[in-house]
Amino acid sequence: MLRNTKSRILGGAVAVIAAVAMVGCSSSNPTAPPSSGSVAPASGTVVVGSAQFPENEIIAQIYAQALTANGITVETKLSIGQRDVYLAALQDGSINLIPEYSGNLLQFYDPKTTATSSDEVVAALGDALPSGFEVLDPAKAEDKDSYNVTQKFSTENNVTSLADLAGLGIPLKVGGNPELGERPYGIPGLKDIYGVKDVTLVPISDSGGPLTVNALVDGTVDLADIYSTTPAITQNKFVTLADPKNMILAQNVVPLISSAAATDEVKAVLNKISANLTTAELLAMNELNQGDKKESPETIAKDWLEQKKLF
Amino acid sequence: MNNWLDALAWLVDPENLTGPGGVPARTVEHLGYTLLTLVIAAAIALPIGYLIGHTGRGRGLAVAVSGGFRALPTLGLVTVLALLMGLGILAPLTALVILAIPPLLAGAYAGVGAVERSTIDSARAVGMTEWQVFAQVELPLSLPLAISGLRSATLQVIATWTVAAILPVGGLGRFMLDGLPVRNYAEVLGGAIVVILLALVIDAVLAGTQRIVIPRGVKALRLASKRMHA
Repeated sequence: MLRNTKSRILGGAVAVIAAVAMVGCSSSNPTAPPSSGSVAPASGTVVVGSAQFPENEIIAQIYAQALTANGITVETKLSIGQRDVYLAALQDGSINLIPEYSGNLLQFYDPKTTATSSDEVVAALGDALPSGFEVLDPAKAEDKDSYNVTQKFSTENNVTSLADLAGLGIPLKVGGNPELGERPYGIPGLKDIYGVKDVTLVPISDSGGPLTVNALVDGTVDLADIYSTTPAITQNKFVTLADPKNMILAQNVVPLISSAAATDEVKAVLNKISANLTTAELLAMNELNQGDKKESPETIAKDWLEQKKLF
Repeated sequence: MNNWLDALAWLVDPENLTGPGGVPARTVEHLGYTLLTLVIAAAIALPIGYLIGHTGRGRGLAVAVSGGFRALPTLGLVTVLALLMGLGILAPLTALVILAIPPLLAGAYAGVGAVERSTIDSARAVGMTEWQVFAQVELPLSLPLAISGLRSATLQVIATWTVAAILPVGGLGRFMLDGLPVRNYAEVLGGAIVVILLALVIDAVLAGTQRIVIPRGVKALRLASKRMHA
């Protein structure tokens, strides 16, 4: 029995260590971008891509349908993946237009940027983008981290902006992803930029999803970081706090296009869309997609274009 | 191999060894959660398991139900329960108890089931009551398998409490869930190493216990049967 047990423990230990070591030593890098299959589009064709989440697909559909309606030949390659994958696809020419978010796009090419406001970010993008690519006019619509409170908290404490928090003098709990503990737009920013003294993070790893929303509703937390175009914000009548000091990096929706495809005609169509797209509308479109109706991005884009009568 | 060196450096950094968020404090939390989970799971699983083992009834049902429980993905369960119960300790505790019940239950009824029928019959023949049969014969003789069940449950619970850190709870999972989004892989790996060491140490302790609590008669019997087969 003794020897059995000992050898079993030893065997177990060896197996665990071997397994861990194998994982550790495997040479493939899990964060490396997979190679994207590249087939160059016919010249004159705009190939619209999108990231792999519904909101981005909706915007890509709006671009594609509006361009088609204006007599431009369009192909779509939607739901490509995350940023490093679709930007590789853009650079190898398998797509040449994609809806992007200004702040994240800037940080991808210039991780050390200090720009935070919408204007600063768009200006900085001009220099940061690789040659041969450009961004057109940014939309007012932004999908970014946002601090939200309940209607009740807002009314009782007279809070509508992050700048109002410092004067409250009560301990505040913030629900959001664990990285908020370290990121400049998280707890450090609330302390240093807005002077909030007694603020702690309640880490909830669901990126402003239902657990975070519930925590705000039931009072477990006072503030919650929820992406600004999440339908839960309007469903629960949360108040999104203003960020007058631009602590949170701007994330305006902006068309990223290869210069070769950016003819005056294409630019005119896309700029017209951007001029009409707001955060509230983006949120409403997400609601149609994620709420009870579960409408497809294609239908939502079609209805929005019809309703706006832009073309 | 750089990640390993970074993780070791992280583990010995004095900054990570003190305070409420340090490795020792998180380890104590993790052990506390584990113990609480096992006590609750044992309080549910052992009576049922022994009842099944003693009476010989309901084994098919127990196998089916506990097999079903084993198939529940704990991460999903934690999330769903947290939506129902709020963000406290209750949701992950419930999910982990559900994870720990099947091995404990199986250890108990299989342990009794493995006792020689003739031994139990002899106990009845010398006039033992049902309770005496259970307490003096079946329970001690079931211990080797029952503690195997406990070891299996303990390993699973120690390893799986880490996923509860998607919620605002402590324990060693904090290091993994906090380190991952900011790409602090030293912290992630360091936390994982502590979990592995903790699991190995606790399993070794239980293995020792398993040897100690096995009745002398059982050991003698095993040795004898080994010699016979040799």
